[in-house]
Amino acid sequence: MVQFTLPKNSKIRTGKTWPKPSGGNVRKFQIYRWNPDDGENPRVDTYFIDMDDCGPMVLDALIKIKNEIDPTLTFRRSCREGICGSCAMNIDGINTLACIYGLDEIDGDVKIYPLPHMPVVKDLIPDLTHFYAQHASIMPWLETKTNRPAKEWKQSIEDRKKLDGLYECVMCASCSTSCPSYWWNGDRYLGPAALLHAYRWIIDSRDEATGERLDELNDPFKLYRCHTIMNCAKTCPKGLNPAKAIAEIKKLMVERAV
Amino acid sequence: MAFLTDRKRAVGLGSAKSGVEHFWAMKKSSIALLILVPFFVFTFGGALGGTYEEVLAYYSRPFPAIIAALTIIVGFHHFNMGVQVLIEDYVHGLAEKVAILLMTCLSYGAAAVGVFAIAKLAL
Repeated sequence: MVQFTLPKNSKIRTGKTWPKPSGGNVRKFQIYRWNPDDGENPRVDTYFIDMDDCGPMVLDALIKIKNEIDPTLTFRRSCREGICGSCAMNIDGINTLACIYGLDEIDGDVKIYPLPHMPVVKDLIPDLTHFYAQHASIMPWLETKTNRPAKEWKQSIEDRKKLDGLYECVMCASCSTSCPSYWWNGDRYLGPAALLHAYRWIIDSRDEATGERLDELNDPFKLYRCHTIMNCAKTCPKGLNPAKAIAEIKKLMVERAV
Repeated sequence: MAFLTDRKRAVGLGSAKSGVEHFWAMKKSSIALLILVPFFVFTFGGALGGTYEEVLAYYSRPFPAIIAALTIIVGFHHFNMGVQVLIEDYVHGLAEKVAILLMTCLSYGAAAVGVFAIAKLAL
């Protein structure tokens, strides 16, 4: 059943306010904190940063806080250029990548939370175990039955173009965690990211498991929980459109059934 | 507590191998309603405000009666399918099954009442 209120032990409290540095260009950051080891409820800590001494991206500010103010602040990050998908979090109410989201895009205080509706491992780190397992379940690899060719599996330029807008997905989970259907039915609904990847293999001209892939998705929950509200397309930090990919899968389903 | 692998949890009971029928049926009834509803509004509007005898005479004609009956049948069929999706979205477990059963009874019950009323007027 849908839960509209947080459980008692998940209610967010006001946390520590860290000292404000001197200087004219100081910005306020409110960041979600939760430590599984202290038995306390989550809290929102307040930090202040001198923006004249900080990089332009949200990730720069987080790294500055971790290095110079509070080393216990915990978050994932790696490539710092929007390729690895590690630093996905809810910034200013939008699921996005901290490394490519500019601080100048945010008005007022900077509010940072973990991706919504996922179990939290610590602070800004969500548990993406189920999300990754769902991705694995759509068989994100080339399936063939024909004997392997002597060289490569050939693909025309036109057919390769069909993969544009799909292969760029970095599996950051911003889209799936912005989707109310994924919030309420994430145990069974595959979510926009896994479905975008499913479509990427369905329309790959070299793949020979198209029918099996569609069979696996022909399910009221795995695919048809998508009601095309398009939060996924709106939030995708890579500018992709998972809602369109899902609609294309639905079209193919009808095409082979009618 | 169950020691299930992540993959086992993600796959669950596997694909139901159905869903496209429901989706296609919703699309078909949507298009039917797109055509029927304007006709229903205009025919119903024609009878609105008339005396009992006038309405009786109006709905004795085949076109308004058939349009009204079709709108009621297709409309409640569409409603039933839509509300099933809504229940599946928000309610889980036994309550989900019970709610779907109740709403199915309500939908087709309401459709039957409507069709009976139209038939009584028309025949």
